[in-house]
Amino acid sequence: MPMLLDSYDKENFFDEMFDEEAAVRPHYRKVLDRMQRLEPGDYHRRQTAVDLAFMRGGVTFTVYNDNQGTERIFPFDLMPRVIPAAEWERVEKGLIQRIQALNMFLHDIYHEQKILRDRVIPPHYILGAKHFRREFMNCNVAKDIYVHICGTDLIRGRDGEYLVLEDNLRCPSGASYMLENRAALKRAFPNLFQSAGVRGVDNYAADLRKVLNYVTPDNIGSDKPNVVLLTPGVYNSAYFEHAFLARQMGIPIVEGRDLLVRDLKVYMRTTAGLMPVDVIYRRIDDDFLDPSVFRPDSLLGVPGLVNAYRAGNVSLANSIGTGIADDKVIYYFVPRIIKYYLGEDPILPNVETYLASEPQDRKFILENLEKLVVKSANEAGGYGMLMGPWATQEEIEEFRKNIIANPRNFIGQPPISLSRHPTWVGDDFEGRHVDLRPYILFGEKIKVTPGGLTRVALRKGSLVVNSSQGGGSKDTWVLHDNE
Amino acid sequence: MSLPLSQLPVTAHRGSEIMLSRVANSLYWMSRYIERAENISRLLDVNLQLMLDFSHLDDEQLKEHWLPILRSAGDEETFFKHYTVANSRTVTEFMTFREENPNSVISCLFAARENARQIRDQISLEMFEALNECYLFLKSKNAREIWDSGAHEFYDQIKKYSHLFQGLTNSTFSRNEGYEFIQFGKFLERADKTTRILDIKYHILLPSVSDVGGAVDAAQWQAVLRSASALEAYRRFHMSDILPKKVAEFLIFSPSFPRSIRYSLERLYQYLHLLTETENGVCNTPEEEAFEKLIGDMRTLSIDDVFNLGLHEFLGNIQRTIDHLDDFIYQEFMYHPPTDMEAEIRLHQQEMQQQQQPAA
Repeated sequence: MPMLLDSYDKENFFDEMFDEEAAVRPHYRKVLDRMQRLEPGDYHRRQTAVDLAFMRGGVTFTVYNDNQGTERIFPFDLMPRVIPAAEWERVEKGLIQRIQALNMFLHDIYHEQKILRDRVIPPHYILGAKHFRREFMNCNVAKDIYVHICGTDLIRGRDGEYLVLEDNLRCPSGASYMLENRAALKRAFPNLFQSAGVRGVDNYAADLRKVLNYVTPDNIGSDKPNVVLLTPGVYNSAYFEHAFLARQMGIPIVEGRDLLVRDLKVYMRTTAGLMPVDVIYRRIDDDFLDPSVFRPDSLLGVPGLVNAYRAGNVSLANSIGTGIADDKVIYYFVPRIIKYYLGEDPILPNVETYLASEPQDRKFILENLEKLVVKSANEAGGYGMLMGPWATQEEIEEFRKNIIANPRNFIGQPPISLSRHPTWVGDDFEGRHVDLRPYILFGEKIKVTPGGLTRVALRKGSLVVNSSQGGGSKDTWVLHDNE
Repeated sequence: MSLPLSQLPVTAHRGSEIMLSRVANSLYWMSRYIERAENISRLLDVNLQLMLDFSHLDDEQLKEHWLPILRSAGDEETFFKHYTVANSRTVTEFMTFREENPNSVISCLFAARENARQIRDQISLEMFEALNECYLFLKSKNAREIWDSGAHEFYDQIKKYSHLFQGLTNSTFSRNEGYEFIQFGKFLERADKTTRILDIKYHILLPSVSDVGGAVDAAQWQAVLRSASALEAYRRFHMSDILPKKVAEFLIFSPSFPRSIRYSLERLYQYLHLLTETENGVCNTPEEEAFEKLIGDMRTLSIDDVFNLGLHEFLGNIQRTIDHLDDFIYQEFMYHPPTDMEAEIRLHQQEMQQQQQPAA
């Protein structure tokens, strides 16, 4: 009788499960064995049960295509992605190195700007950047930590080497799905999970809470800081995650309208009157945080918050102004940033990148538009992107115009054929492209949660993994051992 | 309005038991809406069944039966924007599925779920899941199909969701201030709804009418009891025929039946004093005083006193008193002056400029 995956074709890609000779990699043996013992109908039943549980539990995000928001589940593929211990060790080291350097970079940029004076980065790239917050110069942040929560996007190319695609240093999302996926997988395959030797991710919320407590301002005079999560509100597409994390951490979730600033202190409106707020895990972008400083039309924010923050009366995680370090142009300089502050070579390399604002690079980009991926410096979620090899001539010409008009805003990269992973397509598994977003927490120590969110492009051949554009996710298993 | 700190109430201590006013408001409404949906479901279910015994009624009589029910929810005007005749079909559809009707079963449960969603970090996972399941049921085509093929099963399902939710609240929610707001909302809604159920039929409960009561009235009295889920409790208590006066007495004064007005008001009284952290009997506002007097009346008056006062007026007074009490709770715990964004922005921009100017 034919078994699942019997006719699986890895084609000419790096496959997470199978090596060049199409033999199963040792760390996937248990998973493959279990999956091959399933009837297709059986797999389908488990998948349906998980989907239903997500729907019932409101593990959803909201899509607005009309006035009525539709709640959808983030498609979840039950076949886990597995990472052996040795491989993970290297990833972990690389991520810690990177966040350390970026944190030092942020301190420097908002203080002495030595890296600019030493001409490691041309100053105009920083001073002209959209996310550079000049209001924030010479401001000190609690424990000198800028990036408390980081969700770095990693990919693997044809040779399987892990590359950094993006540093998400502002409000990275998705950690709740990492946790919910794990819980769902444990329910669907309890025995497999137990026998596989998987490291736990459940400490994420407790670790995050510790980070938030750790950065309590020194001058509050209380050993029980009031820590809150600030959300744009129930209509935000990531609201589920906000509520989920607040619940897991046991902290209140607040909206801008629940907060008030007086005498450089932040208060929340409670049934017993105003209560001081000490630490804010904010899930609102800088631009909307304080209408008296940034966008005056923001109704989500809290007037006076930046002032209170600069006075050191409240901590924000992440800090204001971190966006300067995940600008896609600054990304180009991260290997130099690591070298400059740590004197080390980067453990995790960047994807090869060309800057449209450098004449040589620009020439190359414009001559090779149909071969390159072009990205806007400050867009996220897979938007503002040109996928040269798959683009129409009109799209290419549109980008050519924009690049010439505003070169600072664009970078070019060769397309990386992301690694693939067996993924359920209705009756059997086929290869689909995946990336990996691990979560790094920076408090008293730097801690990388062993796991993360593996995003998968569910459409055949697609390289876009974003949930807004047909992406799904997988549970990510980091093993205690190598198989 | 950008008030200085000195004019705002500040609590110095930080504590995990302290609750956002917005959360209190959402807990309260979540609870109230669920209770309301259950009561409307029961009322419609009972009256639809009652109608089965009166299949001979003409349009005018049907209208006479359904209009007071519509009025008790205060939605007559909205109704006639969407329908021309009031009969079993139109009224129940309007009070069940119409989203334009803010008091329809579906509107109430959507609102309850939306409130729960806004505070889902504050309620137990079980509570949210129960409510969310109810929401998904109502969103599905299935719900309408069940209703079409047998309204009783549909209303039964709604009542079960409500009971499940209330049971889960009892067994999974900590006994803190939030619990007090949930209970306060529930019993306020229940007291109000029982007065309305009585008020719909108050004319057939008056002593003068009981003399001429025949089989028709007996069925109606039973229906009144069943609208408050009280038929069996009444029978256990009285072990006699169903008499209109006794029906009114039971639904108003029973100290032990959990949907009677007195029982609901006693619970309301209990949670009021837990919320205000005052001893029973202590009143600081006219609203509390009026409520204190009402509780006194509930404990001392007889059904004859009520008939002498006028049943309709008596019920109206209860509704007004708890309505005022509701306002008081809102002002005291949930209301904060809304932020005047422009004034706030001005205030903080000035503050910033002062910081940047060195002292002269």
